[in-house]
This record gives sequence, structure tokens and C-alpha cells, in this order.
Amino acid sequence: MSENIRFFDEMNGDGSGRRAPYGEYGAWLDGEDLQRLQQVSKEAEAFFRRTGITFNVYGDPGATERLIPFDIVPRIIAAREWDTLVKGIEQRVRALNAFLHDIYHRQEIIRAGRIPARLIAENEAYLPEMAGFTPPGGIYTHIVGVDLVRTGPDEFFVLEDNARTPSGVSYMLENRETMLQIFPELFSRIPVRRVQKYPAMLRRGLAASAPDIASDKPVVAILTPGIHNSAYYEHSFLADQMGIELVEGHDLRVIDGRVAMRTTQGYTPIDVLYRRVDDEFLDPLTFNPKSMLGVPGIMDIYRAGGITIANAPGTGIADDKAIYSYMPEIVEFYTGEPAKLKNVETYRCGDPDSLAYVLEHLSELVVKEVHGSGGYGMLVGPAASKAELKTFEAKLRARPSNYIAQPTLALSTVPILAKEGLSPRHVDLRPYVIVSPQGIEVTAGGLTRVALKEGSLVVNSSQGGGTKDTWVLED
Amino acid sequence: MLGKTAGGLYWMFRYLERAENTARLVDAGFRIALTHSNVRADEWKLLVSTTGEAAAFKDRHDSYTSANVVDFLLRDTSHPYSVMSMIESARMNARLVRTALTREVWEATNECCMTLRDTLAGQIADRDLPLALQTIRQQSALVRGALHGTMLRNDIFNFARIGTFIERAESTARILDVKYYVLLPSVSHVGSSLDNVQWETILRSVSASTAYRQVYGGEPRARTIADFLIFDQRMPRSLAFCRTQTADNLAHLAITYKNETPSNVFCKEMNTRMDTLNIDDVFDHGLHEFLQDFIRQNNELGAKIEKDYRFSE
Repeated sequence: MSENIRFFDEMNGDGSGRRAPYGEYGAWLDGEDLQRLQQVSKEAEAFFRRTGITFNVYGDPGATERLIPFDIVPRIIAAREWDTLVKGIEQRVRALNAFLHDIYHRQEIIRAGRIPARLIAENEAYLPEMAGFTPPGGIYTHIVGVDLVRTGPDEFFVLEDNARTPSGVSYMLENRETMLQIFPELFSRIPVRRVQKYPAMLRRGLAASAPDIASDKPVVAILTPGIHNSAYYEHSFLADQMGIELVEGHDLRVIDGRVAMRTTQGYTPIDVLYRRVDDEFLDPLTFNPKSMLGVPGIMDIYRAGGITIANAPGTGIADDKAIYSYMPEIVEFYTGEPAKLKNVETYRCGDPDSLAYVLEHLSELVVKEVHGSGGYGMLVGPAASKAELKTFEAKLRARPSNYIAQPTLALSTVPILAKEGLSPRHVDLRPYVIVSPQGIEVTAGGLTRVALKEGSLVVNSSQGGGTKDTWVLED
Repeated sequence: MLGKTAGGLYWMFRYLERAENTARLVDAGFRIALTHSNVRADEWKLLVSTTGEAAAFKDRHDSYTSANVVDFLLRDTSHPYSVMSMIESARMNARLVRTALTREVWEATNECCMTLRDTLAGQIADRDLPLALQTIRQQSALVRGALHGTMLRNDIFNFARIGTFIERAESTARILDVKYYVLLPSVSHVGSSLDNVQWETILRSVSASTAYRQVYGGEPRARTIADFLIFDQRMPRSLAFCRTQTADNLAHLAITYKNETPSNVFCKEMNTRMDTLNIDDVFDHGLHEFLQDFIRQNNELGAKIEKDYRFSE
């Protein structure tokens, strides 16, 4: 990154002194000894290793289970800042659900000319199987992750929406657990809003979304692709915390119009399935016929009202990067008010004028694949070599509509504990949102991801990112 | 509970039990090798055949040296029955059934695996072997301690225990069977004392030297050793203890599930038959035949349990 850009540091602001949310923490920090902190940091890592909080790495036989590095300096957000963000998040999530309902029914937003029809018609994430069907309770996205970045004291942007199966919430919970273990004194000194009720919230939300056929005590289960999936730890963690079964496709079968799980005493019907399996693999009879991860016939049961699938199949249409650029219009169309949370300015490369601009300013922009995720297939212009820029230019010219471009944001920093002491690193934030017929609930904070490499803007765990505990202060 | 979860618990604890038993066998073999240089290779060979893995051993090694046997039984992960392979399998099953375990049990299992990966990372020299074996024993004791100290006494616990006792019964029966000839009256003559080396191996293999002394005192005799390991309800590794425990655990499941399964009935019948026998009947019938029959029935019971509680489709 060029040196003349000044980054907003959430602890130290513009450098003239510590910002208010960090006041009490800073006072504590001043009394701490660097060596002790380094020691505690090591203990925290041992704690993670012992509890087995790992993610699996594909294609790396030497280290199939890896730890996501954890940094012991919390990221702190003031009550007022947070409460404003929550209003924006709620509005956005409400709009996402209304959008999904509309897209799978009358498509008013297309008729109104607010988004082009081809955006839906040519999109693989659109599932014709969902057309005309309304999920139980009218909820499409039971769990949403809204990725936020910050560039200044009051400047927040939505980087992307995760409306399929957002992951990482187990890290949010374990990070807090770890902080409580290693710095108990901090929590008696500083009033931090609790995140620990998330599993109970999620279970309540899922149960409230059960189909009519369910009893007043709905049976909820998590569907995992299995022990080798990169997020298996999270699946088993959530099942454990919610006190529900963790099932795989081969534990399930369709019996008497219900999806049932094989228990030690026979088959028991499931009312709500929190699936962590992609749409494509959910039902070999409807989608990918080679899938071994799903349940043959589940889509028929779903459409007949025999089960709730969370999130609903086909929600991917709402978090596509091409759709993202239309989010301000989408929010306004369905809520009747301007979007409270800002989008990052986005150039759709399929549009010739935008493409020309993007090609001219490639070294200043971040270019992303429309359907990519996990930080793969992405170009960070300012950090790219001449050769990389050339390669991407060719890719853009070959398939322009496959890409969007955004200005390189001056992402805020929060200090981490590096070898030499505290040192600023770029962060983002993923708050988790639970949607049910009873309303919308947002976790107090979420998962802060941090780019551990100095100057790096890529926070993905697969690309050398770590995590921090996120504190939202009480009033 | 999911059938898969019941199966995962059962296998997790079978693997843990077997890993511990193998470590105990190595311990017994090592002790004898140290003190009786002339019987070394024979004893190691018998130990390997006790585990039922003689063929796998021959594929990998030409001779029964202590280095080869220790390596094969403790660290070699190219076959599934070394201590390290079994601990990895136990941990894999623990991950699978993580939601059924308390945090303490999971962490003890995870730590057991991580510690043994370190301990068994390189070739183990003779002088390091006692410490390595002690580490294996301690680590498995920690898992067992966490299980007993933190788990609800429900179906989860019962499946874990059933896995333990099915495995342990098989292990004790195999240890006796491999040495059955030294226990036969025709060889050792009723009332005469056994060759020291032989009884030492048997008793050490089931960690029963002290227990045996406490119960019988004095010189070990063939009949009392066999009686102790087959019929004594006080001895936690005897066949009688294992089958009674399994029956108890199955009875708990029958109550919990309000359903008596075929495995329940089979186990009861097996116990009723055994209860009518004493050590004289066993020797009359033939010790080897008796043990083979026991192992067969024990396996059949395991298979019935897997089916009745729907471990797999």
C-alpha cells in the first residue's frame, strides 16, 4: 500500500490519543508487561489446541487440522456506534428476505425496472425449484452474516452479505471464552455485552421457524457434510451448544412424508434442518445426482411442508456479488427508505463504461470474481505486480461480466500483539443475524477477522488471517 | 440418540481399551525380555500373536527383536492396530460424537492423542520405553477419569462402557488362550507352581500381579490363575466381570428405551450358561475350546448390539 494513505486506527484514532471506547482497556494495558502478555498469548494458543478448535485444510495432507491464529487484543466498539449499526443491519436483512420472496414469486423489482431481468435469469444461484413456494414462516435467510469494514470514526461499509451458510460464529464464541479464561479481571472492570447466548438464540429462532406439522417442541438438527469438511468443528460445536443432533446425509431418509434420522430406537422425524451443506448437494434427486451428502427426496418433503430447511435453498441469489452492487436500490425498494448502511462503490465490469474505467485504474482497484468466495480469484491492485495486473487485464477482457471492481478501501486497523509489541493490522467484522417469525436478532459484535501480515488487506483464514474477540460496550 | 453416535462411542472406547491393553502387553513382554534373555524372541512372538496381528508383523519385519515388536505395536501407523493408530481412530470417533461427550472427555481424548503423537514420534530406545508406556497408561486413565467424573449415566455412557467391556473381554480371553497350554493340568500338574516367566507374563498383561497376590498370596498356580481371570467378579479384567458389566449396561439401555433387544436376550443367556460353570468344568471341557467359544460369543454379541441399536444402515 502506498505510504501516504492514512489508516484509521480504532484504538488510537488519528494518533492524537486513545479513542474513548479503549479508555478503560488502555489504562489496564498500560499497567501490563509485554512479556506477560506474550506468555498469555502462548497459553491461549495451547488452550485452542487442547480444545481442538480447528479448521480442516483441503489438499494439505500434512496438516489437515489447523488452528486459526487468535490475537489477544480485543476490538472494542462503543454502544452508540453499535446501536446505529444494528439498525442498518436489521434493515438490510429485512430487505434481503423481502427480495428473496419477491424473486421467487412476482418479481416486482424486475417489473419496476430496478434490476435487470438477466441478473436473475442467468444466475446459477437462482433455483427454479423455489419459484412460487413460500418457506415456513416466510423466512428465507434464518442466519445471515453481514461483512462490515470501517474507514473512519463514522464510516462503515457493507463489504458483502452472506445469505447461504455464513460460518465462523464458533470462533466468536470460543474467542470470548478464551478471553474470559485468560483475562478474567478485564471483564469485571469493563462492561462488555454478552455473546454467549447465541446458541440459545439460534435454537429458539430455528424452532420458531418450524413447519405447521411440527409439535410444540420441534426437533431441530444440523446437517454437516461430515468430519472432513473445513467447518466440521463449528458444526459439532453448534450442535453441542444447542443440544441438538448433528446428522449427515446417511443418517437421514424420507419416511412417511417426513425426513427422519436414524436413532438407536428407530427413525425420528426432523422438523427443522439447519443445513451446512450447499444447495447443490442437498438433494441428489433434484440437484447434483452424484451428491452423497444430501437426502434423496428432501426437496419434495420441503415443498409439501414436511420440514424447514435453514437457510432456504436458493438464497444464494441474494448474496451474489453482482446483486450486491444493486443492494442500495433493493433496500430502498422493499423498505421504502434509503439504505442506512453504505455499500462500497462497485463497478460492474459487464457494463462497457465501467470496464473501461476499471482497466484504466486497475492498479488502484480491488477486482473480485462475481461468484468467488474465500478471497480466492481476487486482485488487490495496489499490491499486485505488473505481471499479475497484466494477467487480470486479460481475464477482464475475456469475461468482463464475471467481475466487479471496487476502490481499495483504507480499512481501519486495530493493534495486535506482535513480537515487538503492539502493531496495527487491518480488520473487518462479521456480525451474525438470526431471522425468525419472531423478529431479527443481531449478535453483540460478531467475528473480527484480522490480516496478520503487516500491510495486508486480506483477512480470510485461508490466506493467513486471524481473529480477535469483539467487544461491544454496555451503555 | 443417533445410531451413528452410539456406534462412534462404542468404537471410540473399544479403540481406547485396546490401545491400553496393547501397551500393557508390551510392558509385560519388555519386563520378561529384560530379565530372561534366553526366552526373549519367543515371548515377543507370542505377544504379537496375542494381538492377532502376526501376519501384519511378518509383512514388515523378519525377526522378533524387541525393537521391531515395540515399533510395530506402539508406533507403526501403517497398520490399524498399533497404539498410535488406535488412539488416532479413537480421536476420530470422538470428533464424530463430539456432541455426546462432555468437554472434559473430548479434551482428555484430544490431549491424549497430541501427547502420544509426541511420545511416539521417533524410535523408542529401551531406556525410554518405561516412560513411554507410563505415558500411554496415564493418558488413557485421564480419559477414563473424565468419562466417570463428568458424564451423565445415560445411554451415551452405556454405549461407551459396552465398547470398553466387549473389547476387554476379548483381550483377556486372547491372553489366556495364547498361553493356554501352560495352564493345562497335564503340563503344570495340579498343585505345582508354574514356570515363573509364564505366570508373570499372564498376570502382568492384565495388570493383575498385585491383585492376585492379595487374593491368593503365595505361589501362583495354574488353576487359580485361570479361575481368577475367568470367574472372579472382583477382578476388573476377568471375563466374568466384563460380561456382567456388559449385561448391566445393556439392561440400562433396555430400561431407558423400554425395549428389550435380541442382544439383551443373547447376553443374558450367555451369562446364565457361564454362571453354571466352574473352573473344573472349563478344564474338563478344554480350556482352549472354552476360550475360543467365549471369543466367538463375545463377537456375536458385539455384532448383535451394532444391529439392534442401528450403528449403521
